[in-house]
Amino acid sequence: MSNGSGRYSAGVDVGSTQTKAVILDENGKIVARALTDTGAYLVRAAERAYEQALQAAGVHREQVGYVIGTGYGRFNVAFGDAQVTEIGCHAKGAWSIFPNTRTVIDIGGQDTKAIAVSDRGEVLDFAMNDKCAAGSGRFLTNSAEACGMDVSQMGEKSLTAKNPVRLSTVCTVFVESDILSYMAQGKKIDDILAGVHSAIASRTVALVRRVGAKDEVTFTGGVSRNVGMRRAIEEKLGLSLNASGDSHYTGAIGAAVFALERMQAAPAAVA
Amino acid sequence: MTPATTATPTKKAAADTKAAAPAIKYQGTVHELQKQLMNKYYADLTSIAEGGAGRSAQLLIAGNPVEVLRAFDMIPVFPEINALQLAVRKNSLPLIQKAEELGYSTDNCAYVKADIGMWENGGKTPFATIPKPDVLVCNYVGCNVYLNWFEHLAEKVGSPAVNIDIPFMRTKDGEPAEGDVEYVVAQLKELVTLLEKVTGTPFDEDKFVKIVERSSRVGELWSQIRDLTKKRPTPYDAYFDSVTMMAPLYCLRGTEEAVDFFEKALEEMTAKADRAEAAIPGGEKFRIVIEGPPPWPFLRVFRDMFSRWGAVAVASTYATVGGIWEFGFRHDPAHPFESVAKHMIEANLCNRSMLQRYDQIWRYATEWNADALVIHSVKSCRLFSAGQGDMREHFVHDRDLPTLLIESDLEDPRYFSQAQLRNRIDAFFEALEQRRITGGKAA
Repeated sequence: MSNGSGRYSAGVDVGSTQTKAVILDENGKIVARALTDTGAYLVRAAERAYEQALQAAGVHREQVGYVIGTGYGRFNVAFGDAQVTEIGCHAKGAWSIFPNTRTVIDIGGQDTKAIAVSDRGEVLDFAMNDKCAAGSGRFLTNSAEACGMDVSQMGEKSLTAKNPVRLSTVCTVFVESDILSYMAQGKKIDDILAGVHSAIASRTVALVRRVGAKDEVTFTGGVSRNVGMRRAIEEKLGLSLNASGDSHYTGAIGAAVFALERMQAAPAAVA
Repeated sequence: MTPATTATPTKKAAADTKAAAPAIKYQGTVHELQKQLMNKYYADLTSIAEGGAGRSAQLLIAGNPVEVLRAFDMIPVFPEINALQLAVRKNSLPLIQKAEELGYSTDNCAYVKADIGMWENGGKTPFATIPKPDVLVCNYVGCNVYLNWFEHLAEKVGSPAVNIDIPFMRTKDGEPAEGDVEYVVAQLKELVTLLEKVTGTPFDEDKFVKIVERSSRVGELWSQIRDLTKKRPTPYDAYFDSVTMMAPLYCLRGTEEAVDFFEKALEEMTAKADRAEAAIPGGEKFRIVIEGPPPWPFLRVFRDMFSRWGAVAVASTYATVGGIWEFGFRHDPAHPFESVAKHMIEANLCNRSMLQRYDQIWRYATEWNADALVIHSVKSCRLFSAGQGDMREHFVHDRDLPTLLIESDLEDPRYFSQAQLRNRIDAFFEALEQRRITGGKAA
């Protein structure tokens, strides 16, 4: 836990797949980021990511005035001062990177969210996939595995498709048999992958429509690094998506921004 | 930048999962009295199951005609109440699985499966042995699964089953269609003939009128209790604490015990209201309306998810599944059969049209001064849950009422995902809190 006397703030996002940590200086500028696999020990993952970020920033713990935990494991950020859901943090983070953001699409390991955001970065409404992980990052990972390729290459590969297949399912479990059956029929990998991306994009866009697709739309979460996914959603939505190199860290950035705001709202704490 | 305010302040984050939720359960006189009454109710049923004197009838909560059964001294048994008692005690899953072994689908109503599983165990439960009913009255037909459920049970226990065809509410003015009341009255009189045969006792009209009179009194008292939650702070939670009063409302309505119970309940709740005593220790921060039944296997956990935000239900549609009294309906001793029929047709939640359900929620939101609506959708009951997505859209977009739609199950623990539910609930109240601080539109 921070001692409330530093000038830096931090956000730690313990996601279902990866844990991210971000440190901001007093002007809200990102001074360090860290990324680690969450694994089975959430408290350790949070600690690891935070420590890496501190080292990268060359900042001591005492210099951090406030830490906020977010993500599914937010209550495992043992050194945190408070928790905010990743829904609130993705809204805040996307808004701080792209101030005209009115809609956020966040696709993480097990969750897909659409968030309507106010001009002050506040959550107006949100919609999420239900208990099932259909259409989330895990779906992409399983699909990539079924196609025998790395998840980091699948987006690029999908863009060369000429005749995308139509998947009969967005179920993360059944997608593998769907893909195998297409492979057995001799379909090309890029066509299958385009089908995979299109299936998720359709599902995502349906969620976005529920909260109202207001421009500008910012794409966040681990899956936002996938160019094929970005293209497929843009096509279906008819809007271009904001994405930055920091999209993967949006939740942690939002948490750090909240932390900074709290420090600055309570000047006594940073005196 | 905006003032920072939405974070949940907890000094020791890691300990939060354990320490966050204060144990909140109303433990007053009403709670104790309810326990005594229900223990006696189940003891009476167990005694019948073990060969003692008395008769029981199986019927359903929705618009239940207990008055007719009580006129023949039959104890009404509601399988929904048995099922939820099993779920609260974490006994439901093995029973559900037993029914699935018999061929019931995973998508089938989990109340039904828990009940079927219970009968496979000879009606034995940790709280009672449920006697084989002398008659099964399927008094609600809005759910086709119910019909098959009672047919299956009748076959199993070898007792006669009767089905009362209740026409659904379908007119624009919200009144029963022409002829509906007469149609149901005629069926109730046929039921009387059957019960005379089953019990070997002639129908005693004076006794029936007295029972209806007591039901009328209970309806009046309950309606006043429901009105108390309009106060700020509400003296009790109209969802989680109402549950305590719902069992006597259905199992004992028409009896002196029920009148006595609701007189005491009104007295106690009024005193709480007069003292401005909040329903939860931390005080009332958000007033919510809840739609849908609770996830019984995780009742406490679910309640704590709201309590930690200071969110208290001031009204719930669930408390009206067996009857709606707060809008003026009363049983009428001058027209006993007609009023029982009206209760079955128009004065219970399950038989109402979707638009009437919207109106009911909107009245709660406005007259009970709620900040938000929470819809808890039930995975294994598509009949009641269908349309709740549209309901959310309606309240968010047409009424500007912040609305959260979450989903698990009322009986099957396998559908409950604690982290996901909590995440949605936390995000919803974070946004509500923001809306309050900034005065902007949120959620």
